[in-house]
Amino acid sequence: MAITVVDPRINVDGAGLGSGRGRIWKSLRGNPLGMAGGIMLAVVVLVAVFAPLIAPYGPAEVHFATPFQKPGTVGFLLGTDDLGRDIFSRMVFGVRASLEVGALCVLLSVLIGTPLGLLAGYWKWLDAIVSRLTDVTLAFPFLIIAVGLAAISGPSLTNAAVALGIAHIPTMIRVVRGETLRIKESDFVLGAKTMDASGVRIIFQHVMPNAASAIIVQATVIMPVAVIGEALLSFLGLGIQPPTPSLGIMLSDAQQYIFRSPTAAIFPGIGIALICLAFNLFGDALRDAFDPTNTSRK
Amino acid sequence: MQQDAKSGNARDGGDGGSMGMTGQPGNFGQSAVTVGAQKQAVPEQAPLLQVRNLQVRFGETAPAVLHGVSFDMQRGERVAIVGQSGSGKSTTIGAILGLLPGNGRVSGGAILLDGQDLATATDASLRGIRGKRMGLVPQDPMSNLNPAMKVGAQIADTLASNGLKGRAAVKRRAVELMTEAGIPDAARRYGQYPHEFSGGMRQRVLIAISLAGEPDLLIADEPTSALDVTVQRQILNHLQTLVDARGTSLLFITHDLGLAADRTDRIIVMADGRIVEMGTPAQILLDPQEDYTKRLVAAAPSVTASGAREPVLPDLAYGTGSSAESVSPSGTPSGTPSGTLSGTERRTASGTATLTGNGPGVPAVATGPEPILVLNHLVKEFNLRGQRGSTVRAVDDVSFSVARGTTTAVVGESGSGKTTVARIILGLEEPTSGEALITGRSITASSGASRRSLRRKVQPVFQDPYGSLDPTFSIERLIDEPLRVFKVGSRVSRQHRVAQLLDHVALPRTVAQRRPNELSGGQRQRVAIARALALEPELLICDEAVSALDVLVQDQILTLLADLQERLGLTYLFITHDLAVVWQIAHHVVVMKSGKVLEDGTADQVFLAPEADYTKELLGAIPGAAFAS
Repeated sequence: MAITVVDPRINVDGAGLGSGRGRIWKSLRGNPLGMAGGIMLAVVVLVAVFAPLIAPYGPAEVHFATPFQKPGTVGFLLGTDDLGRDIFSRMVFGVRASLEVGALCVLLSVLIGTPLGLLAGYWKWLDAIVSRLTDVTLAFPFLIIAVGLAAISGPSLTNAAVALGIAHIPTMIRVVRGETLRIKESDFVLGAKTMDASGVRIIFQHVMPNAASAIIVQATVIMPVAVIGEALLSFLGLGIQPPTPSLGIMLSDAQQYIFRSPTAAIFPGIGIALICLAFNLFGDALRDAFDPTNTSRK
Repeated sequence: MQQDAKSGNARDGGDGGSMGMTGQPGNFGQSAVTVGAQKQAVPEQAPLLQVRNLQVRFGETAPAVLHGVSFDMQRGERVAIVGQSGSGKSTTIGAILGLLPGNGRVSGGAILLDGQDLATATDASLRGIRGKRMGLVPQDPMSNLNPAMKVGAQIADTLASNGLKGRAAVKRRAVELMTEAGIPDAARRYGQYPHEFSGGMRQRVLIAISLAGEPDLLIADEPTSALDVTVQRQILNHLQTLVDARGTSLLFITHDLGLAADRTDRIIVMADGRIVEMGTPAQILLDPQEDYTKRLVAAAPSVTASGAREPVLPDLAYGTGSSAESVSPSGTPSGTPSGTLSGTERRTASGTATLTGNGPGVPAVATGPEPILVLNHLVKEFNLRGQRGSTVRAVDDVSFSVARGTTTAVVGESGSGKTTVARIILGLEEPTSGEALITGRSITASSGASRRSLRRKVQPVFQDPYGSLDPTFSIERLIDEPLRVFKVGSRVSRQHRVAQLLDHVALPRTVAQRRPNELSGGQRQRVAIARALALEPELLICDEAVSALDVLVQDQILTLLADLQERLGLTYLFITHDLAVVWQIAHHVVVMKSGKVLEDGTADQVFLAPEADYTKELLGAIPGAAFAS
C-alpha cells in the first residue's frame, strides 16, 4: 500500500492536450479557412431564419412597371427579374428553402442511415441484408425516385427532400458501417465483451459515440450536395413550385432571359456556390478537428 | 518518428548545452568492447560524422526538442543511441537525414558528414547524399515496402536512382544485394511481392535497399523491434556481418539497452533531447555515471534478466516483512523524465532476502492444492479463408494449469497460439475441442448466469493502453463500466469504489474526471488495471500488458502488478513474447510454438535447465545477457 510512484508525466493541472470539445474548438479556431466557412455558414443560416425581416419585399411580390432592372437600382439591390420581382428578396427566401431541403435530407439520411449502418457493421448476418438493400437503392437513379414521388403526391419541397434523403442513405450507411467495423475490433470493445456487455450496450455506449465524428463530417458532406440537388430538382420542376422561390427555381426562370438579364441567373448561382463552399470548408475543418492524430495545426 | 517529435515538443526545454562527455572521440574501428579504451583512442583521421551542438525545433515559436546534441562517429564504428520515446533519438536521425517530420527544422548547430554541413545543405544536394552516402533501415518492415510493387523492382529503383545504368546490370546487382542480405533463392524472389515475404525477410529486403548505394553510414532505426526475438537475432547478426565486411559505420537507434550493448562499440544515452551519457557498453552497463542511466540499466529487463533472479512471490513464500519494508514511499524528483523506481529497490531488497533464504526458486505455491485455471486438451481450429474445409490449428492440444496466487507466463513468438489461448479463457472464442476450467467450472460450456459469474472472476489487461480504453469515456466511467454492466452497487458506492481502485493503482483521484487522451501510456495502463480489478476478479489475463511501454514505465507497471498480487492474492496469466519480462515476474512458464506446448515448468526449470531446443534458442536470443552482473 506504500507505493507512491506516480507517473511523472501526469497532468493533474490539466495543462495537457485538453479533452473533447475544448480540443476540437481549439483546432477549429486555429484553422482560418474553417473559421471562414463557419462564419459564412452562420450568416447563411441567419439569413434563412430571419428571411422575412431581411427581405425588403415579399418573395412573390411583382412590380410589373420595373422588370429587368440592373443591379444597384434604387430600391432593388440586385435588380429585378422578368416580372419585376426583387432578386435580393427572392434569394433570401430561396436560401431558406435550400437549407430546409438540405436539413431535411441530412436528417433523413442520419436517422435511417446511422441505425442501419450500426446494425450492418456490428452483426455480420445483418450486413448481408442491409448491404444488398443499399446496393439496390444505389442502382436507382435518384431522379427516378424524385419523378416517382412527384407523380404520386405532386412536386413539393418535402418530396424533393425525401428523394434526396433516400439517395444519400446508402452513403451514410457505408460510412457508419465502416466506422462500426473499425471500432468493433478495438480492444475496448473486446474488454466490454469480457464483461458480458450486450451487443446493444456496446453499440450505444462504445460504437455510437466513437462514430459520431464521422457521422457529423459526413452530414457536412451531404448538405451541399443536397442543396445542389434541390436546385436541380426545382430547375426540372420536380421540387419547389413557383412562385415560391428557391435558388434552383430562380436559375430555371432566368434561363429564358439569360442574354437580356444575365444577373438574374448569376446571383442565385453565386449563392449556391457560396453555400456549398461554406459547408465544404467547415466540414474539412471539422474532420481535421475530430481527427486525434492531426497535430499539424495547433 | 512523429510520435517522438510530438512528445518531445510537448515537453518544455531550456537552452542548449549537452551534458558531460560532449564530442569525445569514440572507440576507433571495430575494436571489441574494452573498458577504458575509449579515452585514449585518438582518431587517426577525421571522423565520418560530426554532430555539433544540434538544435531542432518544430514550428517557429515552440521550444527546442533537441538541446545541443553533439557526438562524433568514426569510420566503421558502430554507435547506438538509446532512449525512451520522446527522448529525441528519432529526431536526431531525422535531422541527420534531412527528413524531419512536419514543420521540424534544424535551428542551431551543424551536422558534418566528411566536413560537409548537412544542416545547411539544400534539398537537392541532400538527395545526392541520402542513399549514396547514408542509408536508412527503417523500423517497420510491414509498412516500408510498397505492397503494389515487386520487391526486386523496389531495390532496382534505388539502384537506378543511384546512377546504375542498364536494366540487366541493375537486376544483376539487385539479386546480388538480396543474396548478400540473406534472402535465399534471390533470383526467384526478385519477382515476388512484399506480401509473399515474412517480416524478417522484408527487413532483409529493406537492408538490401539501404545498402544499394554503398553508403558510408548506415542508420538503423529500431530495425528489429517489430520482429520476434529469434528472427531479430538472425537479422542483427547478418546486418553486423554486412557492415563489418564493408567497413560501413552503423548508427543504431533502439530503446533496448541490452540490444545496444550487444551490437555496438559505443552507446549514447539520450533523454529529453539531450545526451545524458556516452561510453562503451561495458562503461554504460557496469559503471553508469548519471542517475538516469543507472535507473535505465536497473530497469532494463534484458540486462538484469540473467543476473540474480528476483523472486516475485507473494509473501507466504518468504515470510512477511522483507518486501513490505522495502516498498518505501518516495517522491518524484523534478526535472527527470521518469518517476522514482521504488519498484527496483523493492525487488533488489527482496532479492537479498532470497539469498539469505533458501536460494532462488519457486516454492510450493506453484503446486498449490487447488488450481484456479485448468486447460484440458484445448484445441482451436480456424477455417482458412476461401478454402472450404481446410483449417489451421492455432491451438493444438494445450493443457496446463495455473495455481491460485501465482504468475504463469505463456511465452511464444507471433503465431504460437498464445493469444488464442487467452481469448478462449476470456470466453471470446469457442474451442474446437477441450475445455478451459475456471475454479473447476468450464467457461466455454456455461451460459447465462453461470457464465456471467465466471466472467467476473477473469478480467483482461490488454497490450495497447491506447486501444483498450474508449477515448470518449471519462476515467471514472471507464473504471466503473464493469460495475454498471454487472449492476453492482449504487451510484455513490460505485464512485467510492472508483476512488479506491485509483488508490490501488497509485493514480491520484483527480484523474477520475479526465479522459484517456490526457494520460501517458503508463497511466493508461494503470487505468486499464484498475478497471480489470473493479469486479474483484481472481485471475487477470495480461496479454502483452507491458510490451508497449518504455522500460522505466514497464518496470513501474510490473512492480505495481507484483504489489497487487501480494495484497489482493491475484493470479496472473501473462501472455508475452518477452522472456526478459517473464524472468522478472513469473513463477511458472509455459513455452508455446505453433499451437503446441513445448515446455511447461517452474521459471527456474525453464530458465536454468531448459529441455526443449526451442526454449534454449529463445533464451540465447535475449539481448544484453553478456553484460548481466
